[in-house]
Amino acid sequence: MKTYDMAELAVRNLRESFLRNSLTTVGISVGVASLVAMLSLGIGLQQLAGRRLEKSGLFDTVVVTSRRDLRSFSREQEETGPAPAESPTLNEDARQKIAQLPDVIEAYPDIRFITELRYEDKPYLTMMAGLPFSAKNNDAFDGMQGNFFSSDTASEVILQKSFAAQLLGKTPKAGAEEPSVVELAKPLLGKQLTMRYSERTATPAAGAADTKENSSNPAGASYSVVSHEVTLKIVGVCDLDPDSMRGQARARIFLPLKLAQNLHVMQPSDLRDTTNLASGAPAYTTVEVHVKSPTQVQPVEDAIKKMGFNTFSIVDATRSLRQFFAVLDLFLGIFGSLALAVASIGIINTLVMAILERRREIGIMKAIGASDGDVKGLFFAEAGVMGIFGGIVGVALGWTIGRVINLGTNVYLKRQHFPPEQIWFVPWWLVLGAIGFAIVVSLLSGLYPASRAARLDPVQALRYE
Amino acid sequence: MPASQLESKVNSSIAIRAENLCRHYRMGEALIRAVDGISIQVASGEFVALLGTSGSGKSSLLNLIAGLDRPTSGTVVVENNDLAKLSREELAKYRLHTVGMVFQSFNLIPSMTLLENVELPLRFAEVDRDKRDGLARQALDRVGLGARLRHRPTELSGGEQQRASLARALINQPRFLLADEPTGNLDSQTGTEIMNFIREFNETLGMTIIMVTHERALAERYASRLIFLADGKLLGDQSNAASAATVQTSGGGL
Repeated sequence: MKTYDMAELAVRNLRESFLRNSLTTVGISVGVASLVAMLSLGIGLQQLAGRRLEKSGLFDTVVVTSRRDLRSFSREQEETGPAPAESPTLNEDARQKIAQLPDVIEAYPDIRFITELRYEDKPYLTMMAGLPFSAKNNDAFDGMQGNFFSSDTASEVILQKSFAAQLLGKTPKAGAEEPSVVELAKPLLGKQLTMRYSERTATPAAGAADTKENSSNPAGASYSVVSHEVTLKIVGVCDLDPDSMRGQARARIFLPLKLAQNLHVMQPSDLRDTTNLASGAPAYTTVEVHVKSPTQVQPVEDAIKKMGFNTFSIVDATRSLRQFFAVLDLFLGIFGSLALAVASIGIINTLVMAILERRREIGIMKAIGASDGDVKGLFFAEAGVMGIFGGIVGVALGWTIGRVINLGTNVYLKRQHFPPEQIWFVPWWLVLGAIGFAIVVSLLSGLYPASRAARLDPVQALRYE
Repeated sequence: MPASQLESKVNSSIAIRAENLCRHYRMGEALIRAVDGISIQVASGEFVALLGTSGSGKSSLLNLIAGLDRPTSGTVVVENNDLAKLSREELAKYRLHTVGMVFQSFNLIPSMTLLENVELPLRFAEVDRDKRDGLARQALDRVGLGARLRHRPTELSGGEQQRASLARALINQPRFLLADEPTGNLDSQTGTEIMNFIREFNETLGMTIIMVTHERALAERYASRLIFLADGKLLGDQSNAASAATVQTSGGGL
């Protein structure tokens, strides 16, 4: 029998016992719906976590420190590699070398310092950090008021929301609602801040001296620290925290990285590297390396370690996080599939009943020339049609359930003063996959009834009235 | 139709040949010998009546010839097809194209209209959709049901249902019509009507007819040959002179 004829007959047979077949199809729908709802929840949560983490730029970042800091991230790093005193200095040369490694997008020094800022004649003390121009596309600046720096050397700053609140004297009391970023930005954008900082300059004597003599006489190496003031313009107030991975040391005000470098602000590590500094290029406490994708973090880390520096990345943390979500998805999928398994028993039951009921009909069809394959195909097609309908209705149902969960969660989040989140997501592959899965499960369920119908002996089937 | 033409056709070939055909089956402890060593030959174009009481094995023999059942031993060859050796698939093809069946209880599918019932064998034969409708209408017209295409079997009288099942049996143009008590559920008048159709198919289409019946009078009136069965064995085989008035037969029998 042709496939089209088979499908047509199957649909009309299904319509003959409409109620029973509808109930079976509803069973499949519920199964598919629970599967879709569960998986979409898993995917949504994964995306939520992934979005947060990837926005922070943590996954593709390697943090490089000098071994001279005597601050390694693990004992293993302390014990291997060159001794601290013999290890290279993390200076501009090293930074350039790292930047030239394959798969490295950029390597920039981390410049941060505690500074005093004056706003409307009141002093404020805070941590300030340089931001590379490439950070412009960082998702941490989503919802920022104002603009990003106009150039890499502009005398401009971006404030973190909490610092903006402090400047305005609006620091929220515990439990009270946070003022919105829009509110905070309005009075601040375009205003001036005065920053007082200590600039490190080569001493005039050393600077004028012959370099050759300088290097042969280390005792002559020196620099002076001069207090300076610079005026900075507030161009943006950001809602999120671009520096969240820094914890305690995180900055609440940001200036362009090139500007920060040009200011030669005295760094905590400068004291230690006095000798090196006096001779030329500045040394960095930390260099942050951006890698093209998280998968290339490991080789880049290895290459940097070979150069004699300490490295840190959270690729390992990512791995276990991904593992966690894979397991979560698996469990959600299993629970979702349970309902589908019950539904498939429903299909088997319905079709076996149909065989008993249509025993005579099967006998007639065989007597007038239906082959085993025709009979089998017919029952198979009935299972398949139930699967298709069940799958489509189920996906729609699951989508609706997900939407309702999402809506409910967001109402709850809003009450708890969290921003709304998409905790539930149905990708296209899930829609098609779920319908396909429903059809496959239905066909598998139809396998036994169909072959049982095909094996029916026509003489037996026709014997009794 | 000129008798000479028919005779040559009848003699031309042996259509069905059964040799020492047996069909035994178990029912609990007992072994039932439904067909027990029957050997017969039927020539093409014959109208054979299988006569016997219930349980004589006449329906079982018909089922073996129809390819609905397989013999326990012995052979049944229909037009050079040894049915015992055909695969299930080939047997289904044989039932589809070579034989047409009608039953005492009509066996139309109640959920389908007459047109759909008659069309069903064409579906199995994978005939194109647009051709199927015309062929099924034609077949129903031929048995006088052209006005009841959209009716379901339960809306029709027994005679009409049996006519529809005749139309279905003929739709794939088989060379054999196998009828199992075709008038058993009908009053004598509608029974005659059905028998006239069957005779017409035998005469005008040259179909070989095998009809199971327990009504001797009916068999004598229409069949060209009578085969008597009892307890699964051949009891008698005679050509029927009485029907020679309508159908000329020669010694097709053994």
